[in-house]
Amino acid sequence: MLTRILPEIGHFALIIALLMAVVQSVLPLAGAATRRPLWMAYGQPMATGQFLFVLLAYACLTASYAMDDFSVVNVANNSNSLLPWYYKLSAVWGNHEGSVLLWSLMLAGWGCVAGWWSRRLPRDMLARVLGILGLISVGFLLFILLTSNPFERHLPDIPADGADLNPLLQDIGLIIHPPMLYMGYVGFSVVFAFAIAALLGGRLDAAWTRWARPWTNAAWAFLTVGIALGSWWAYYELGWGGWWFWDPVENASLLPWLTGTALIHSLAVTEKRGSFKSWTVLLAIATFSLSLMGTFLVRSGVLTSVHAFANDPSRGLFILVLLAITVTLSLIVFALRAPRVSHAVRFNWLSRDALLLINNGLLVTATMTVLLGTLYPLILDSLGLGKISVGPPYFNALFVPLTVITCLFMGLGPMAQWKSTSPGKLVRKLWLAGLVALGLGALVPLVYRGEWNLWVTLGLSTALWIGLSLSRDLFDKVRHRHSIWKGLRRLSLAYWGMVLGHLGVAVTIVGATVVSQYAVERNVRMSPDISVEVAGYHFTMTELFDRRGANFLADTAVIEVQRGDSHRRFEMQPEKRLYLATGMPMTQVALRPGLFRDLYVAMGEELDDGSWAMRIQYKPFVRWLWLGGLLMALGGVLAVFDKRYRKTRPARLTQEGQA
Amino acid sequence: MKRRWLLFLLPVAFLGLALFFFERLSQDPADRDSALMARDFPAFEATTLADENQRVDQSLLKGQLTLVNVWGEWCAACRQEMPQLLDLADRGIRLVGVNYRDTRENGLAFLNEFGDPFAANIFDPEGDLGFELGVIGAPETFVVDAQGIIRYHHKGYVSPEDVRNRLLPEVEKWR
Repeated sequence: MLTRILPEIGHFALIIALLMAVVQSVLPLAGAATRRPLWMAYGQPMATGQFLFVLLAYACLTASYAMDDFSVVNVANNSNSLLPWYYKLSAVWGNHEGSVLLWSLMLAGWGCVAGWWSRRLPRDMLARVLGILGLISVGFLLFILLTSNPFERHLPDIPADGADLNPLLQDIGLIIHPPMLYMGYVGFSVVFAFAIAALLGGRLDAAWTRWARPWTNAAWAFLTVGIALGSWWAYYELGWGGWWFWDPVENASLLPWLTGTALIHSLAVTEKRGSFKSWTVLLAIATFSLSLMGTFLVRSGVLTSVHAFANDPSRGLFILVLLAITVTLSLIVFALRAPRVSHAVRFNWLSRDALLLINNGLLVTATMTVLLGTLYPLILDSLGLGKISVGPPYFNALFVPLTVITCLFMGLGPMAQWKSTSPGKLVRKLWLAGLVALGLGALVPLVYRGEWNLWVTLGLSTALWIGLSLSRDLFDKVRHRHSIWKGLRRLSLAYWGMVLGHLGVAVTIVGATVVSQYAVERNVRMSPDISVEVAGYHFTMTELFDRRGANFLADTAVIEVQRGDSHRRFEMQPEKRLYLATGMPMTQVALRPGLFRDLYVAMGEELDDGSWAMRIQYKPFVRWLWLGGLLMALGGVLAVFDKRYRKTRPARLTQEGQA
Repeated sequence: MKRRWLLFLLPVAFLGLALFFFERLSQDPADRDSALMARDFPAFEATTLADENQRVDQSLLKGQLTLVNVWGEWCAACRQEMPQLLDLADRGIRLVGVNYRDTRENGLAFLNEFGDPFAANIFDPEGDLGFELGVIGAPETFVVDAQGIIRYHHKGYVSPEDVRNRLLPEVEKWR
């Protein structure tokens, strides 16, 4: 009996969560403004309650999916009784309504955790942080309840079966990609709340940066993994072996990542040196605003994209209003309350401060570049100045040099000291790294391919420069210790986080450079017993047959692959699937992954004579792209767990509390 | 800070952007097309994708109802809509492609891999014809009637539902 009213329970739970979010935002904010401890105390229990009720709603929707309750419109449109159980669970967020619910669940989750973790914060600060998070929750819960209710029913004509989940989304990459991405987007809301709370309370000191840093690192790490997974998913699931398309939706996730990266660095300066305060706050606001704007662009249908969800103008309008209110209000608060520059902290043009400022400048330029490229066609069109399409050439022409310049400074940054560094010392420490990086970068393409290649040299030199200067810094840090092991162990987790983060960038650059310069791609016609050679591998089709999967029919080819003259052989099985419920065909790529190369076989169309068009690709170092992303994220995670943020907190905060 | 008022330019600038988004949002896609609707397909002269010596012009689209699909090898959504286009071709509808901002080699490889539903492909490497057609980005699909008049404009990816609910009814209407 209870199972039949689950959707209604879920709907009701969402309404209760909304009411709790209203209390969570109004009372603590008013309490902080009027100094009423009782009102402020509502924040944390309400945040917990709100989370539990959104969780209940989410669980109800999941249960409807698991039990194939096709009376729920959302389930009927996005699931099917033939769908394997794990895709039924992930289908919950494979559509607009469910993904906004997941988003709200995460927002409530971050708010709940922030409430528990930050109980040592000054009372008014915590009240403001939770109040602002509550306001954002109110916006999103209203959005769900008013425009995107996932619990709507198909009554009285209940469909016998569902329309199935889009086959593109039936994949492990998609099970984890959106949740990671949302965790990142939503995580920045906590940082945003900290920034606004600090502005409201006039407490823009080193302490707030100390509280905000772990949250920023955590959100950034999630976003990094999310973007890397998205790229990986596009690589093997969309079926044509690219890994970044400068698609508006990809750009929407890259924008907050770029400002988030800038934020991580500027928070370091603000904490250590007390400078760049206003700038840091502005970055925190910008990062969250860009997350929201990305959501708007994707869901409103203003931009067309592969990722576009079914769009509905009322939804677009709602998110736009939400976006406008959030961003405008926070920028007004910023304009009113940004700290007056009382005493400028002095630093030399060659110092870590200056280098981090340059890093921020470059990252913001990159953000602007991507933003402009994404919006420019729209703007021109609206002004009636003609229609253009901005494609990879624009982005690559600007983004590649910006990355190289950023990396140049990235090598110097960790070696430089705060306030002032002597140029001589820097040169003495790094000339060798620079020389070796350039030399190896120039030599490798010659040795590897017998032909010099400017792009490979540029990419490899950049990556080597980062790696070598980091090694040099590590070496300096440990060589004065009695043993290297002891020296290494004394380094803080935050430092290791930096090392991994930067190393990750280097690894990604190697991957991007090599795969874009040395990938081999051939389109061939194949039938049984036909053999072709691509990049030193022999591909022979041995078999071609039909098979039936859980919810699809497939043409499967078996390709035997042999490298050069070696005797080791292996098989690859590309497929062309036809999904039964939607009648949608899909290319299931056969991949042979490796640390140094991927082999990639995709089946195209059947040709008149019974043979098949096949695309065979050799992708050297392509794994490095995502490996680098994972390293960066791991760096972010390590930095979260640095003991400085836990140990020193009570001591500092009691001081703050007394003050 | 002396120039604090300058900081207020930030929210103002953002509101400008939001207004711009609002304007885009309130534009009905059908309105945006009104300039082209019921007009002649723009005059053009180009070569075909398959043969650089074969010249074609707007007369290619006369005499029979044609779906004109703007695509490119570089375009992600184009690959996904190929099955739907093949399906339309199987239903006996004539399709003509506009190979938009692409190279001959890539375009032909694309057709080889994903199938070729097109009776012919107009090669448009510089995007001149696309410009005339008001193409914002591939893929876009036009229904052109037997007199060479544009009757319907579909922007973006053609899903199997779009085939059923939009393109087929339009084709029936103007045939």
